[in-house]
Amino acid sequence: MTRVVVTGMGWITPLGNDLDTVWKRMCNGESAIALIDRFDASSFPTKFAGQVRDFDWTQYVKDADVHRQPAMNSQFALGAAKQAWEQSGLGSFDALDRDRTGIYLGAGEGVLDFSAHSMIDTHSWDVEDGKVDPVAWAKFASNQLDEWGEVEQEPNMPLWHLAREYGLRGPAFNCLTACAASTQAIGEATSVLIGGDADVMLAGGTHTMLHALGITGFNRLTALSTFDGDPKKASKPFSRDRGGFVMGEGSGMLVLETLDHALARGATPLAEIVGFGSSADAYRITDLHPEGRGPSAAMKNALAQAGIDAQTPTNNPPVQYISAHGTSTQENDFIETMAIKLAFGDNAPKVPISSIKSMMGHLIAAAGSVELITCIMSIQTNMLVPTINLDNPDPELDLDYIPNVARKAQVDCCLSNSFGFGGQNNTLVVKRYE
Amino acid sequence: MSQTGNNQVVISGVGVISALGNGIEPLWEAMLEGRTGLKRIERFDPSGFASQVAGVLSEDEFKVRKIVPKSHRKATKVMCRDTELAVGAAAAAVENAGITTAGMSDEPPTIDPNRMGCHIGAGLISAEVNELGAALVTSKKDDGSFDLDHWGREGMQNLSPLWLLKYLPNMLACHVTIVHDCRGPSNTITCCEASSGLSIAESRRVIQRGDADACLSGGAEDRVNPLALFRQLCTGRLVKTDGSGDMTTIVRPFADDASGTIIGEGGGILLIEDTTSCKNRGGSPWCTIDGIGCRQSSTDSPLEVDSRAIESAINKAMSEADCNPCDIDLIVPFGSGIPNIDAAELEGLTSIFGEALQDIPTIITIPYTGNCMAGNGAICVGVAAKAIKEQMVPARIGTEKTNGINAFKCNATKTSINRVLVVTPSEGGQCVAIILGRIDP
Repeated sequence: MTRVVVTGMGWITPLGNDLDTVWKRMCNGESAIALIDRFDASSFPTKFAGQVRDFDWTQYVKDADVHRQPAMNSQFALGAAKQAWEQSGLGSFDALDRDRTGIYLGAGEGVLDFSAHSMIDTHSWDVEDGKVDPVAWAKFASNQLDEWGEVEQEPNMPLWHLAREYGLRGPAFNCLTACAASTQAIGEATSVLIGGDADVMLAGGTHTMLHALGITGFNRLTALSTFDGDPKKASKPFSRDRGGFVMGEGSGMLVLETLDHALARGATPLAEIVGFGSSADAYRITDLHPEGRGPSAAMKNALAQAGIDAQTPTNNPPVQYISAHGTSTQENDFIETMAIKLAFGDNAPKVPISSIKSMMGHLIAAAGSVELITCIMSIQTNMLVPTINLDNPDPELDLDYIPNVARKAQVDCCLSNSFGFGGQNNTLVVKRYE
Repeated sequence: MSQTGNNQVVISGVGVISALGNGIEPLWEAMLEGRTGLKRIERFDPSGFASQVAGVLSEDEFKVRKIVPKSHRKATKVMCRDTELAVGAAAAAVENAGITTAGMSDEPPTIDPNRMGCHIGAGLISAEVNELGAALVTSKKDDGSFDLDHWGREGMQNLSPLWLLKYLPNMLACHVTIVHDCRGPSNTITCCEASSGLSIAESRRVIQRGDADACLSGGAEDRVNPLALFRQLCTGRLVKTDGSGDMTTIVRPFADDASGTIIGEGGGILLIEDTTSCKNRGGSPWCTIDGIGCRQSSTDSPLEVDSRAIESAINKAMSEADCNPCDIDLIVPFGSGIPNIDAAELEGLTSIFGEALQDIPTIITIPYTGNCMAGNGAICVGVAAKAIKEQMVPARIGTEKTNGINAFKCNATKTSINRVLVVTPSEGGQCVAIILGRIDP
């Protein structure tokens, strides 16, 4: 049976742009949420977010010119991938077979030029017809839009940038299942490795919707927090007064390898991917199934694939940490708690759970990859990061959410959840490499 | 992590939707006759665009409200055109496969919903400019500039609350899984033209590893709106045309004088099924999926494709199918008419088949339907499955003369087809090769 291990990790996040800095800040329970300064959001219902700062993508590539002007999601991907690639040691492994090295990303679209689009749509608006004059629209678009910028909108562009940077020619996929995308990408990348089509997969996610139209869309959905206080207190998963998610952005990348390949080249496995479960709610376009049908199925499938019996009552549950999807919306946190109970039975209260979205916001398509890295860091350091802003617990949510303060614990096995708008649910189980 | 074997997988239902109609039959009939679905765009005035032709399905021929269950009719209001096409193609695939699904019938579902997956390729869904423009214009200042402050305070309220959900790529799969109650693994692949083929590869992998018995699989996309058309023009890949002239020769795959491709709307959803599952329910598979290869180009531009990636993908597919080049009876290349992509595809195919490439018949769909992007590969696979079933190669249009590949204009021909190779390279450099096999009569 082919085993799959992680040999490299990297992230670009609102809390920082390297493994150690972000980990330390999470262990300290720090928040990266602040007022948005990428555009003037002062009149928007939501004025704050978790924004990546002090990041220069050109420092993470061999030759910036070959990438022209990557969209921000590709910039983040290049930054995170460089860290993962270096940690894995593949940068100095000359014998790497690039035809057997693939990529599976859960990457979002590029950043829309809202300023230009708003100008084009309004200037081409035909008041009498009550619609855009397409002839005028085409003229304004030709003048206003950057052609390369529009090409960079395609969600598979980060894939191309990474393939170009590292010369990778193996199987390549990009999926976009909203907030579940990068967990799904890592799970399916693992499946590609087990299937024998590659020795190495660069997998993860990257996304930013931190632009005027992105905030608009989520504000209209009433999914975003409109908290009227200190932005650092806005993201409060599992709290009684949670009021929606807080937008974040960034990228998480992992190098996955078959164990045989990793050991043969002398690499150090950081952890082993042992389970992946995927399901669809098939319920409604806006709501989670009220009984947590989809999320519990994803968790149960992942645990079964890992060969873990999570339900037999024990004082030492086989999973020592759950990285929750934990968005801080009323619905998600309630349903996820219910689904965890369905998957873990009487053991559920004994498994520590936290949501790092309380500290860095929701990285949308990239969230799952960053959260899986958090799990692996927990295994490496035997530390569990907290859910901050959990000062007013919801009495209906009665599990151990690691409130406010990090905790030392023996951590050998973790589970990471990601659930997307549209009903896609994905869960990964990762273990200490033995 | 456990993963079971390499169960054989079949295509047991085909749903295709294109400019030539709703279903595989109207497309196939048109292809037998050599009748194209391309024409000057009528959905909006395209005069301001350099490329004014597309493959568009008549609105009279397809109304999504008529094919969804009553419980889902309200949700059609938040479907973009891409989603409508996917839902239409999925309904056709389910009907064609002869299965019942919980969303479509009161009868018990033929396949356990928990064992039914869904993998649908989708594109970068472009916002409808009239819908967004109607909201944006409320924040236009008297001097003509846009008032972001007003937009944040009031203007955005003119957008429908569910506006964003209309344009998320995974909404194609979301609606299809709800309509057909597919609760198994579901994914949305967004790799331009390779999206459908990669989705089919993923469905097959999911079934082979034992996580599902069947999957609705394929892709759909609509690029026939101002923003999407503009974005494709930015790639420099479209034929410049005002819509006059012969529509059957506007896309000329593999021709020396090819000048680009034409956009289209459409796609295909297939029921991909474990052979045993299909047999046990008494299904009638169209063909087997014998091999799939997926590879990435490592090029200097995302608008180029590496012939080496095409060659490698085909070799991988042939290895899985345990066949040699001489076993391939029919090729369905991408054949977009984009000169640099055609050249890479021809080089990749020639490296596999050598001079014999000139003797292998081909089917090329884009001169009929336009390039349906994320849906294109599934249309190609659907047509390939139909060719196996009918033992027939339909007429080719578009090109009078080609060098090195049997892709020039010809009439439909009856022939023996046991194995078909479908090749799709994409913008962004992903390449997929799929080999379908005839089921022994």
